[in-house]
Amino acid sequence: MTAVTGTNWTAYDAATMTAREIYGRTLAQMGKTNEKIVGVTADLSKTTAIVHFEKAFPDRFFNVGIAEQNMMGIAAGLAKAGLIPFASTMAVFASMRAGEQVRTDIAYQNLPVKIIATHAGISFGHAGTTHHCTEDIAIMKSMANMTVICPADGIETSKAVRACIDVPGPVYIRIGRGFEPPVYESEGYNYKIGKAITMHEGTDFTIIACGIAVLQSIQAAKTLKEQDGLSVRVVNMHTIKPIDEEAILDAVKDTRRILTVEEHNIIGGLGDSVASVIAGSGKGCIFKKHGLYDEYATIGYAEDLYSHYGLDANGIIGQVRSMMGMEFEADENWEDE
Amino acid sequence: MEQELLLKLKRKAADVRKNIIDAVFSAGSGHPGGSLSCADILTVLYFKHMNVNPSAPKDPDRDRFVLSKGHASPVLYSVLAEKGYIPKKDLLTFRQADSYLEGHPSLKDVPGVDMTTGSLGQGICAACGMAQMGKLDKRGYRVYAILGDGELQEGQVWEAMMYAAHYKLDNLTAFLDHNGLQIDGDITKVMSPEPVAAKFEAFGWNVIIIDGHDMNQIDNAVEKAKKTKGKPTMIVAETVKGKGVSYMENQYGWHGKAPNQEQRDKAIAEIDAYIENLGV
Repeated sequence: MTAVTGTNWTAYDAATMTAREIYGRTLAQMGKTNEKIVGVTADLSKTTAIVHFEKAFPDRFFNVGIAEQNMMGIAAGLAKAGLIPFASTMAVFASMRAGEQVRTDIAYQNLPVKIIATHAGISFGHAGTTHHCTEDIAIMKSMANMTVICPADGIETSKAVRACIDVPGPVYIRIGRGFEPPVYESEGYNYKIGKAITMHEGTDFTIIACGIAVLQSIQAAKTLKEQDGLSVRVVNMHTIKPIDEEAILDAVKDTRRILTVEEHNIIGGLGDSVASVIAGSGKGCIFKKHGLYDEYATIGYAEDLYSHYGLDANGIIGQVRSMMGMEFEADENWEDE
Repeated sequence: MEQELLLKLKRKAADVRKNIIDAVFSAGSGHPGGSLSCADILTVLYFKHMNVNPSAPKDPDRDRFVLSKGHASPVLYSVLAEKGYIPKKDLLTFRQADSYLEGHPSLKDVPGVDMTTGSLGQGICAACGMAQMGKLDKRGYRVYAILGDGELQEGQVWEAMMYAAHYKLDNLTAFLDHNGLQIDGDITKVMSPEPVAAKFEAFGWNVIIIDGHDMNQIDNAVEKAKKTKGKPTMIVAETVKGKGVSYMENQYGWHGKAPNQEQRDKAIAEIDAYIENLGV
């Protein structure tokens, strides 16, 4: 096992560190070779772990205080001056409190501001609804020029943070809060923004997932193989925009049954992006979006909430089994639906 | 204030502090520092000034309270429990799975909470709306709000400052919990909002500066606010983050961290010793 390419930390750290810790350390390392990188935060330096960059490059780091709208404006100004700003706060504040600043100051002008938003989804479960964020994918993907990424784990966060430098415009990367178990053992795999990764081969069914749902989907696929003899493909759709249409069309053609799983409202998220591609293909497909069903989550620790909302392997297995029981309509009669 | 009432309030504030420690301890997370710093203010408001009735939490004539610095939910829940809105034992469910006592207060679930807060800067605007409605309705209720000093960095706060003065909301009394610390450190090092009193004055508010742990001063300031006509009042309360627990005082590390068992026991022992000293 190898670690995230770093300087003074080990494979053990990569497996036990939060995605935000890995982000902060990756950015601090990138700062050494790219002098254009600057950091901004809104009183959440330690919380978002951008503090590692702050410590390494205090002159290239700006804490604006608790003022997210100002932070996005300042990031836009820094980008206009030729720099590559990484702006970090919690997802709820990045996507909603400063939503218009992101849209008009950054996305409209196609500026290379990289927004690394932590505590996305329901990962900050016990803090309450004010600090949950199950709307950000919908908001961010509806802004023209914006790239939207939801990494599966810390290693992939590192890959995404490195890769986003090469995207000429703005990028939104959403990560969680806690110690989500790693999906990848090392950085030794091919990662390309906009190119989905097949994590588990299958021909009967496809699960398309992002973020924490990727690992749970892989575990579900393994169990379904053992217990039901089902061959389930798992696709890690780490980039929600631009979406990998080819991977979705392959799944339609090969498996005809697709479930999407995400830590987000089922309205406006990964599921809707996948649905659009399927609908546009003109091919029939048994399809379901799984996530938060247009409701505000209750509170609790993230792991408990994932179980409660069926975002764990058991919940996903239940979804797949119920979809395997669904039949394609053979006739043209819609009255019996 | 009479000596007997003063002692009673001091005792109540000590009980509130114990509740805060135990709620945060049992949750294993939460915000003790900024809860302890405004415990005396909430105690004086709820047990001396505010016209509220726990058995009628939606009474349209009640005074309103908005905790704009919503992360200090432990102090609000603790006062609501002491006041009889919610069972005291429920404080131990704070932040736990499916508890109605979320990390940041939600009005939909907690009796006595007038506004959902937690995203900084937003509560004070809602407080302005409530005060405006009180004026329109010609109801005599008053609206109280507590702001954090780090919270002043949110631009929205100053939009509310302008509004309240423009509409002469003299039924609105806000406190600034001026403890000087935020998550990332000293407020003047992170992003200085100083000089705060001069800024509020410039925005057209009646400003009173007090020691936020002196109950007589809190009491007098609220009385003065009630008598002030044509202007909202901002009471700048000089406070100590973590007040009442020696090792938490003036330590920004205790902004959002729970004590362990040993630390919890030490905190409770300190507050118990204080209560013993009060003799009530």
